[in-house]
Amino acid sequence: MEALDALSDFLRQFWGLWLMVLFLGVVWWAYKPGNKDRFRDDAMIPFRDDEAGEERNDGRSS
Amino acid sequence: MHRRHRRDQVEREAALTQATMAHGARADGTAYVEGPVKLFVLAAVFWGIIGFVAGDFIAWQLAIPALNLDLEWTSFGRLRPLHTSAVIFAFGGNVLLGTSLYVVQRTCRARLYGGDAMGHILFWGYQIFIVLAAVGYVLGITQGREYAEPEWYTDLYLTVVWVLYLAAFVGTILKRREPHIYVANWFYLAFIVTIALLHLGNNMAVPVALLGGDTWWKSYSLFSGVQDAMTQWWYGHNAVGFFLTAGFLAIMYYFVPKQANRPVYSYRLSIVHFWALIFLYIWAGPHHLHYTALPDWAQTLGMVFSVMLWMPSWGGMINGLMTLSGAWDKLRTDPVLRFLVVSVGFYGMSTFEGPMMSLKAVNSLSHYTDWTVGHVHSGALGWVAFISFGAIYFMVPALWKRRSLYSLKLVSLHFWIATLGIVLYITAMWVSGIMQGLMWRAYDELGFLQYSFIESVEAMKPYYIIRATGGLLFIAGAVIMAYNLYRTIKGDVAEGARDSVPAGAAVGAQR
Repeated sequence: MEALDALSDFLRQFWGLWLMVLFLGVVWWAYKPGNKDRFRDDAMIPFRDDEAGEERNDGRSS
Repeated sequence: MHRRHRRDQVEREAALTQATMAHGARADGTAYVEGPVKLFVLAAVFWGIIGFVAGDFIAWQLAIPALNLDLEWTSFGRLRPLHTSAVIFAFGGNVLLGTSLYVVQRTCRARLYGGDAMGHILFWGYQIFIVLAAVGYVLGITQGREYAEPEWYTDLYLTVVWVLYLAAFVGTILKRREPHIYVANWFYLAFIVTIALLHLGNNMAVPVALLGGDTWWKSYSLFSGVQDAMTQWWYGHNAVGFFLTAGFLAIMYYFVPKQANRPVYSYRLSIVHFWALIFLYIWAGPHHLHYTALPDWAQTLGMVFSVMLWMPSWGGMINGLMTLSGAWDKLRTDPVLRFLVVSVGFYGMSTFEGPMMSLKAVNSLSHYTDWTVGHVHSGALGWVAFISFGAIYFMVPALWKRRSLYSLKLVSLHFWIATLGIVLYITAMWVSGIMQGLMWRAYDELGFLQYSFIESVEAMKPYYIIRATGGLLFIAGAVIMAYNLYRTIKGDVAEGARDSVPAGAAVGAQR
């Protein structure tokens, strides 16, 4: 337990770095080639609220 | 690949237009809560005009001091918080609450959590807050904290309303039928949560009556000295960052794509934009306290984070503007889109100016001068108000189920008259502010100050008159908008208006 406290005290000093890593993770996730189609699809959400076809297709545009 | 994507998009747009034209209404039969949203829109226009008039009145007071009427209730010190709160919290707040309820239901394809009753409680609850705050200012009941002047009882009351707002918003997201939470809702949620945090942190105060004082109308902050100053500007700057920026960026991410009838330029960029803004904004507050008792390291921290904010700000601006890529011609024919897009341009301009002014060297000239006032208003009039006008012009025909606005010519007139007003305002304040700063720091050859304070005040008078004239033009534009909306709601369409509506980008009706 004390060892864990010591470790967390040590790691906490680098909080800025951890936040940076978290942010870079977000950037990586956003620009991962595998997510491209998914985000292209998500960008269409504002146009879906009145499309009948979307309803039948479980909210997906294609 | 690229070409195919483009073709898909064009086809999709065509299909969209057709589908919306054909059906007009959603297929699922979920009736969105719209009554309270209508009330929010009307209230925004009403409080907007009151707030603009209050601002222009005190602008004329600065040019002609006799206009304070020699009454305590109409003095500059009491009307100025009335103006700032009216435009930020009454106009901006009603726009944010109204658009957020409008957007969250449509992008989640779910009815508002709590239904009509929740909407009405939020609406009237928020208007009562506005009236409580405004009455306090005029009567001199204030805790004297910038943009947070209401006393402790109004603060506690607002907390209740705000928690209900959070519940309604999150409740709607939780019961969404759309798997993904659209980016506009992230910005709205950040705005709601952060404002709650800021409000509670900044308003920790004790009524003097609890400690043997003789009044319940006055309280004092738990903090003192430089900690109190830092708390106030932690609040103040993040009110700008999360109320006036994140909330209105949410408006951008929904209404610019809707009005342009094409998806946002890059959804991936919008994700990075969001998180970069969240990570950086909260640290920028100390730049309001350069060269004060605040420790130097904190001032430098605020300055560095302000400069880093350039990146998300400009990323967001590019994302908004490039949504129009390939459809720039719509700007020529659609004045509502013009409001939305020019507001994004002003956003880019004022978020360039802000970090520059946060540099200590620049701040030593600009701080306490009219330059700051000009900067605030290029953001407030150009960004916040313009994007609000765009959203209101979009929502009114949609909410009241009108085919179109009464007159697009009047929208265009509003746009140009308001733009001219803003240009007069900010150029006058640039000249006046820089002149003021230079006069304050000018020394003669013996090391004495070259100008007395009153000489700098005299020198500013012409610019004050130009600024107040710009404000008059801005008010005139808002009155034109109110008339246009009134006729729209009545169901009128101006003669020839039909021809001026471009096909496919038809204003109103099928949204």
